[in-house]
Amino acid sequence: MMAPASLRTTARADWSFWLGFAIVVGLLIAAPVVLPPFWRRFVTEILIWGLLAMSSDILIGYTGLVSFGHSAFFGLGMYGAAAALLTVNPPSLWLALLYGLVGAGLVAVFVAYFATRLREIYFGITTLVFSQIFYVVIFTWTDVTGGENGLNFRQPGLGLPGLGEAAFTPTLLHWFVLAVVTLSYLLLRRITRSPFGMVLQSIRENEPRTRAIGYAVERYKIVAVMLSGLFAGLAGVLYAIQNKFAAPDFVFFLISGEVVIFNVMGGVGTLVGPIAGAAFFLLLREGLSRYFEYYLIPVGIIFTLMVIFLPQGFLGFLRRRLNQ
Amino acid sequence: MAIPIEQILIQTVNGLVNGMILALVASGLTLIFGIMDVVNFAHGDLVMLGGFVGATTMATTGNFWIALLAASLTVAVVGAALQVTTLRPLLGRDPLTTILATFGISLVLQKYALWQWGPSARHLQEPITGRFDLFYLQYPWYRVATALFAGAIIGALWLFLQRGTYGIWIRATTQDRIMAAAMGIPVPWVHTAVFAIGAAMAAASGVLFGPLGGVTQTMGADFTLRAFIVVVVGGMGNLGGSILASIFISLLEAYASLFVSPAQAVIVSFVALILTLLFRPTGLFVPTPR
Amino acid sequence: MLSLTDVHTYYGKSHILHGVSLDVGAGEVVGLLGRNGVGKSTTLKSVMGLARPAGGRVTLDGRDITGLAPHHLARVGIAWVPEDRRIFRLLSVLENLRTGLDRAGMDDTRREALLNKVYGAFPVLRERRHQAGGTLSGGEQQMLAIARAMMLEPRIILLDEPTEGLMPRMVSQIRDIIGLLNREGVAILLVEQNVPLTLTVSSRVYIMEKGVVRHQAPAAALRADPAVIHQYLGV
Repeated sequence: MMAPASLRTTARADWSFWLGFAIVVGLLIAAPVVLPPFWRRFVTEILIWGLLAMSSDILIGYTGLVSFGHSAFFGLGMYGAAAALLTVNPPSLWLALLYGLVGAGLVAVFVAYFATRLREIYFGITTLVFSQIFYVVIFTWTDVTGGENGLNFRQPGLGLPGLGEAAFTPTLLHWFVLAVVTLSYLLLRRITRSPFGMVLQSIRENEPRTRAIGYAVERYKIVAVMLSGLFAGLAGVLYAIQNKFAAPDFVFFLISGEVVIFNVMGGVGTLVGPIAGAAFFLLLREGLSRYFEYYLIPVGIIFTLMVIFLPQGFLGFLRRRLNQ
Repeated sequence: MAIPIEQILIQTVNGLVNGMILALVASGLTLIFGIMDVVNFAHGDLVMLGGFVGATTMATTGNFWIALLAASLTVAVVGAALQVTTLRPLLGRDPLTTILATFGISLVLQKYALWQWGPSARHLQEPITGRFDLFYLQYPWYRVATALFAGAIIGALWLFLQRGTYGIWIRATTQDRIMAAAMGIPVPWVHTAVFAIGAAMAAASGVLFGPLGGVTQTMGADFTLRAFIVVVVGGMGNLGGSILASIFISLLEAYASLFVSPAQAVIVSFVALILTLLFRPTGLFVPTPR
Repeated sequence: MLSLTDVHTYYGKSHILHGVSLDVGAGEVVGLLGRNGVGKSTTLKSVMGLARPAGGRVTLDGRDITGLAPHHLARVGIAWVPEDRRIFRLLSVLENLRTGLDRAGMDDTRREALLNKVYGAFPVLRERRHQAGGTLSGGEQQMLAIARAMMLEPRIILLDEPTEGLMPRMVSQIRDIIGLLNREGVAILLVEQNVPLTLTVSSRVYIMEKGVVRHQAPAAALRADPAVIHQYLGV
């Protein structure tokens, strides 16, 4: 079994990767300073959705499990953060993170249980159903979750215990999100390149063989789902903090669908691809929606065509071209 | 607090009616899955499309039955076109790709419907007016007629499959598409035909449902989800199973509505799905595999 | 009539056929022998459009049919009887036959005649005609698989290990069927592990090894000199 191109790292590929990485991060650091307010916010949002897409890639691209349930993780992260910010005074950023991750984590445990028992389609359908269960519960449990209207809360400040607190300006918030997303990316990159990551890919390519070799496939799947769920929940927390509200719309399974679109368009199994896919999709939406209200029609067509002709996504396509 | 028996019986009737409409949708879905391993994410949107085409036809002709026919034929053609262009190239690939492709189609269909018909709901006029006394309710005849009609369509489908050359072709292709091809059966076209039939049945459901719940752009997601649940609970590819499961799930939801709001009653079907997957993953109404 | 020229076939990344060439003349019974895994079944599948040749050609009466879809090949007169029979288990015996019988150009008279002819050759199938295919015994399923192929009124039948797992009595029945088909002018490309049977019914035999044809000879020659068989097959 050949390792995918991304893993055949030569010294030169490594060097050029880090250079590219530094450039991109540098640009993103500079972004809020140079961009007008709308685009500043926009870039921050791209990062958050990118993180969500990346978390989904762990399952789709690396383990071969299609999940339509990422909206559940995302939503629970969001509502978890909301819970922390509404119930504990003064609102604490770190507590929001904690509650959000715990919330997402609990859902992940649930989903992980099913991941080990169900094959592809059934797993996908079950995750979809899960999102919907949460959607219905959140939508109807108006007392606790605010129902249709969601929850509004104050934005916490960025503070470290003992060092004081600074309120989030859009720029500061952007840098915070950038830091979190960058760290997440580096961490996930490390994990996917580790022996653990290799086993995940082996599961994706040929599960029975991986099992036959002796790997406890179930355990790997559980960890993959937990990882994926936690990072998705993290994205949810960030979104809650940025926007100061939580709404059931984000738990609806169509959000999961959009995430899958980011993954496919950007390129599954690349981590970076999904972020690019998210950026591409959101930019497309921004651009097209000014001219044509029903921009999703051409986007949907492009997406479907890509699934058929460019299943590796843009990044995969580029990578193959560059390799030739 | 005891629930009066009349209410239970009324909910039983409601459950059966909804169950038959759902069965019409689910049969198409399970037929499609059984023969070409495609999980048609867009199936509910075909229901929606049928409903809208039906609504428009009815607005021009004023005749419900013509609308039903027109919608079924139109969506059958649309379905066939979709299958030939997007699903045929994917035959034999990773099932993930077909899920994604049909998801893309679903998105396009939904937004197209929004574009052409706008966001507000369309209501279709009942072709059969008049009510009868069902306990303390004035129960519409149309609801009963719908259930019977849906049943008739499903019955016709069953007959078609059991008799005749094309029925044999479809059943053979479902069981072993390679051997069917080796026997001269034009498998790619059988696939297209089955997809078209499934689409037509979905469209018919949409039109039949029109007078009951209206046609909206978002109804697709609801039907798709329900149909998926039913197909899994009934056993994927199992026609009889999906019909039984449709009735079973709809009855469960109807009874649940006695206690909670309809929006929450759907949780019952979710739970049924999860329990099925945990304990009898091949389907509740399928004999235990040997 | 049927010609394979330098056919290369892969399963995924495995290179199974490394340039197979063989011919079957009209009405001939040709045997294809070889150890397990040398690519005999794959050769048949490559003809039938079930395994796409990556190189080489397959022709029928000079016409290139390489990689054509199976349903087209069935219609130009090539029938396939696979190794595992692949009966449509949930269809009745008659319905199984009808998958081949219900063709364009067959009116009721012709259909009835063909059906009766096949029932004549396989009386047990007439008895069980409304029974589900999956309820038949192994031998009966093999009969059905061959009968089904005959429904296509083929010019050549690709027979893959018809006697595998059958009792000796059924093996001689298979031998008789092959004789019957031969007398009717149907060509047969017979893949088999049963060497004596193959040498009895075939006029010529090919022997394969590791994805290529290594030896070709008239059956009579091989009957006379068993050393060759022994060399390639170790029997």
